[in-house]
Amino acid sequence: MSDKQDATRAELCAVALAECFRGDTEILASAIGVLPTLGARLAKLTFAPEILITDGLHYVLENVPPLGAANGFEPVIEAWLPYRSVFDWLWAGRRHVVMGATQIDRFGNQNIACIGDPKQPRAQLLGMRGAPGNTIHHPTSYWIPNHGPKSFVPKVDVVSGIGYDRAAALGPKASRFHEIRRVVSNLGVFDFRTHDHAMRLVSVHPGVSVAEVVEKTGFALVIEEPVAETRSPTQGELRLLRERLDPTGIAARELLG
Amino acid sequence: MDKRTTAAAVVRELRDGMTIGIGGWGSRRKPMALIREILRSPLKDLTLVSYGGPDVGLLCAAGKVRRVVFGFVSLDSIPLEPHFRKARETGQVEALELDEGMLQWGLYAAALRLPFLPTRAGLGSDVMKLYPGLRTVASPYADGEELVAMPALELDVALVHLDRADARGNAQFLGPDLYFDDLFCMAARRRFLSCERIVATQDFLKAGSVHTLRISRMFVDGVVEAPGGAHPTECPPDYARDEVFQREYAASAKSPEAWQAFHLRYLALPDEASYQAAVRAK
Repeated sequence: MSDKQDATRAELCAVALAECFRGDTEILASAIGVLPTLGARLAKLTFAPEILITDGLHYVLENVPPLGAANGFEPVIEAWLPYRSVFDWLWAGRRHVVMGATQIDRFGNQNIACIGDPKQPRAQLLGMRGAPGNTIHHPTSYWIPNHGPKSFVPKVDVVSGIGYDRAAALGPKASRFHEIRRVVSNLGVFDFRTHDHAMRLVSVHPGVSVAEVVEKTGFALVIEEPVAETRSPTQGELRLLRERLDPTGIAARELLG
Repeated sequence: MDKRTTAAAVVRELRDGMTIGIGGWGSRRKPMALIREILRSPLKDLTLVSYGGPDVGLLCAAGKVRRVVFGFVSLDSIPLEPHFRKARETGQVEALELDEGMLQWGLYAAALRLPFLPTRAGLGSDVMKLYPGLRTVASPYADGEELVAMPALELDVALVHLDRADARGNAQFLGPDLYFDDLFCMAARRRFLSCERIVATQDFLKAGSVHTLRISRMFVDGVVEAPGGAHPTECPPDYARDEVFQREYAASAKSPEAWQAFHLRYLALPDEASYQAAVRAK
């Protein structure tokens, strides 16, 4: 049986999210949401052992906890991380965050604040949270579990996290720490390694066609044929995900398919 | 100086239109007993500055708020605060959307009596567009870098809830995060602190290390003993968030009738003791 048939879409996405941290060393790997958390923890257990991960709240952990009720897991705390330190560390640039995005556009501008006119929004969302500060200070990636024309939009209603066009307009000095490393959706993986930093399709997940991605994206993606297929989890990664990191299958419930 | 007082006496010092900073974070260690006392008062047109949770939602639902200065408003286990959403989507309250770090910086500037503090946070984002009068500043040194000049967020009043305090206003946090409660107190003209328990000063170190003593009586004007005063938000190690109650609270945003029922059951009560009794009877 091949790995490809074996892995669920959620597991495949967890590995794609782990790949966001490949090459990172001693930085705080912050992950918002279940699958990004799984990705950061998998990265630490495999190809990015030096990254710092948290319990999602107030501590940096030396060892890697499972999702959910940690039966028998004894956390080893390597640092205290009150919010004040989070802001200090992120402004110091020692961080890579994977955030969500209700809307994202062609240059990686992200909206988590509100839909419609911000004076009286059609839908009030979370607020700016840390997105403006994150994106100007350190690498940011995004996880978007519901890829469609309402999430991948020509223009975001409000810019929370800044994209490459906004960063370029600030000039090279102000934007020197800005980097949107990757976008992972339920359909594929994207980056901004193009001449004008427009979003590029890096790979499609197994079973997803390039045409489907194009149809469900509200702007023109940069597509360089042939488009690769997102790599499947290795047997070792699958074992870690199932036995060690998510023994109760929380991630599977996060994403159907 | 003995600064012990009551929630009712604290709220008598507040005025319509005041800017009120509220400590805690999301649905964590919020001064809810003081918020509930505001709900019992005729106060209105308040400006709230908060890492918002049910404090913001409740005051919005009760029609007390004109404007909210925030980085987020969330119930943590329920990501979006339904009462705040409703107030925003009906145009009932104005919003000043800030980056979380900018909010800290604004409080810190006010605490230090500075007009502003420089930061990169906000550059290029729509915070620059949505914040009337927000300016940038050029570094006066050779680098010449342009930075956001985050203005001081001066507060008329700060309300915070801590685990322990003494009668003079020194206070102790026993949970994993102080959040920005010290800055809220330092940024405000009048500072009121509720706590789970008032203890003798010499008993502080029986409960926690010296590192937990982060609020000085210099920045506190009144101390209210309010056991359970952060409910339904968490106040570790004393108690966890009341998730069942929080779900009931969130569901009360579904219709005017649901809010009315919630209000009658928990809020249209004479005092905090009757609120705590209603919660216990649930």
